[in-house]
Amino acid sequence: MHASAQPAPSTTDAAPAPGAVSLAGVSKKFGDFTAVEALDLDVKPGEFLSMLGPSGSGKTTVLRMIAGFENVTSGSIHLSGTDVTAVPPHARQVNTVFQDYALFPHFTIAENVGYGLRVAGVSRAERATQVGLALEQVRLSAVADRLPHQLSGGQRQRIALARALILRPQVLLLDEPLGALDKQLREEMQIELKQIQREVGITFIFVTHDQEEALTLSDRVAVFNNGRVEQVGTAREVYEFPATEFVARFLGLSNLIPAELSADGVQSSVRPERVRLLTADTAASAGAVSLLGTVSETVYTGPTTRFLVDTESGVRIIAERANDHHPSAESAFARGDRVRVEWTADHASRIG
Amino acid sequence: MNRRAQLSALLALPMLWLIGIYIFSLVMLLVTAFWVTDPFTSKVKPGFTLRNFEQIIANPAYATTSLRTLGIALAVTVLSILISVPLGIFMAKVASPKLRAILAVAITLPLWAGYLVKILAMRITFTEEGFFNSMLGPLGISGPGFSIVTVVLTLTYLWLPYMAVPVYTAIRQLPPNLFDASSDLGAGAGFTIRTVVLPLIRPAIIAGSIFTFSLSLGDYIAAKFVGGSTQMIGSIIASNINLNPPIAAAFSLVPIAFVVIYLVSVQRTGALERM
Repeated sequence: MHASAQPAPSTTDAAPAPGAVSLAGVSKKFGDFTAVEALDLDVKPGEFLSMLGPSGSGKTTVLRMIAGFENVTSGSIHLSGTDVTAVPPHARQVNTVFQDYALFPHFTIAENVGYGLRVAGVSRAERATQVGLALEQVRLSAVADRLPHQLSGGQRQRIALARALILRPQVLLLDEPLGALDKQLREEMQIELKQIQREVGITFIFVTHDQEEALTLSDRVAVFNNGRVEQVGTAREVYEFPATEFVARFLGLSNLIPAELSADGVQSSVRPERVRLLTADTAASAGAVSLLGTVSETVYTGPTTRFLVDTESGVRIIAERANDHHPSAESAFARGDRVRVEWTADHASRIG
Repeated sequence: MNRRAQLSALLALPMLWLIGIYIFSLVMLLVTAFWVTDPFTSKVKPGFTLRNFEQIIANPAYATTSLRTLGIALAVTVLSILISVPLGIFMAKVASPKLRAILAVAITLPLWAGYLVKILAMRITFTEEGFFNSMLGPLGISGPGFSIVTVVLTLTYLWLPYMAVPVYTAIRQLPPNLFDASSDLGAGAGFTIRTVVLPLIRPAIIAGSIFTFSLSLGDYIAAKFVGGSTQMIGSIIASNINLNPPIAAAFSLVPIAFVVIYLVSVQRTGALERM
């Protein structure tokens, strides 16, 4: 059960726009191990969809099935309305940016970028023109004649992107493309990726295990766990309204509120920054879940301070306050202080 | 001081081997090529003559044999490559781990049997009433018998592991993503093999070819037992080794020259560093 109801994909369109990807009942087994189980996922044309999950959750397998590198055990994959389940990778209108870039070590950068055109039989002159433009797009015209091993990680990443985009695919698949980069470069590349996606306007399906990256980049996030999709929704939806305990825990800190304490008698999740922290003598707000407790720990994180509150009902609640006022939240409460924590029902997400 | 002593200890045996046995015998071979044989007593006398070389150059049989041997060595090498590349691709990319292990054993199996045993096996296979003819005879196909073709087949059988193993290893070491990337960019299997696999495994092919080429070049037992009237450089050297050692020595320099030319021509490719 999803807290966020996505509008059902239109079934009236006779021919979906180029770039739509649709997986129906897709399963993948490796021997006895089920990597992906009965997966239904619809990606809209031009959408930036992230597949987020821990390693081994099946997200990369799904990407490889869309690319055609892995056969599905059962189910079907449609690309722009056409069934491609049995189509080999070289005949699919998708291109891939690989985790370790997979640049051909014996080709120059220009030859790498132009490889797809060469396969397609594009003339040498036309290839040179298009490679030039593609390299310009990723601002790497200067390295055209070098070999891959002479480039930095970030440069290789952009070349892999240019090599995949030069064929103007309907869908671009990205397998943890920023995983090998250091944090600062990764953040720069995130912005660049987003810009490029906006420029070319094609569907991006992006695999990552970094929840912050998924939230920052995506129009929608599909959260994977144990070969299943736990929830699909906008960044805001999956973060604010996790549908399952796994989603609540995987995307940042979360307070899991047992059913008997929730307003509507169902287990729910409340993000720490949605918990109000008040002095114990404050009256409980009407319509809110309100609990009394003692601060057992305070954690300073820079922009925020976290307070661990042991409530009288036996639940430990984390409340997070921004350090944006003087005196800052940090000094507002200390260990041992009696406090009241409360949240309203609209900030609690029912967990199925 | 201590380091020098250690270094000497480390190198004593290899240097003794290399200089005392290896280089010395080669130099002696070279020197002998200029010595004289007494035509009556067949005694070898130290001296200096170019007659041995003149004889080799003047007699067209030597030149023909040299070219034939070169051709056999090249054919064995080409045949080994043609077998090893598809086999290596199959083993590394298609076969299940179990089948891969079985094939790896099968490929290296010839190395475990004795050299003469293998030649005998080929002799039994290709003899007049042998396996090949009795199996395919009813279809109207007759085998090559004992001929130059059988020599090439036998030498390929003997030396294939030296090509197949490095080629297979090189293919296994190619990042699997390169195959995916090539396919992702629209290339079929043939295009990928031509543009990605072959260039990247070239050093391994060259390393393997050094073995298949030079081992074939020096062989004469195969020609003797399955070659019929086929003569190789080694056959002539063998028949002169007692009769006329200086001629044998002079003729020995021909395959050495071939191998040196081959090594020099592949040296630029960087293949030698991979051996």
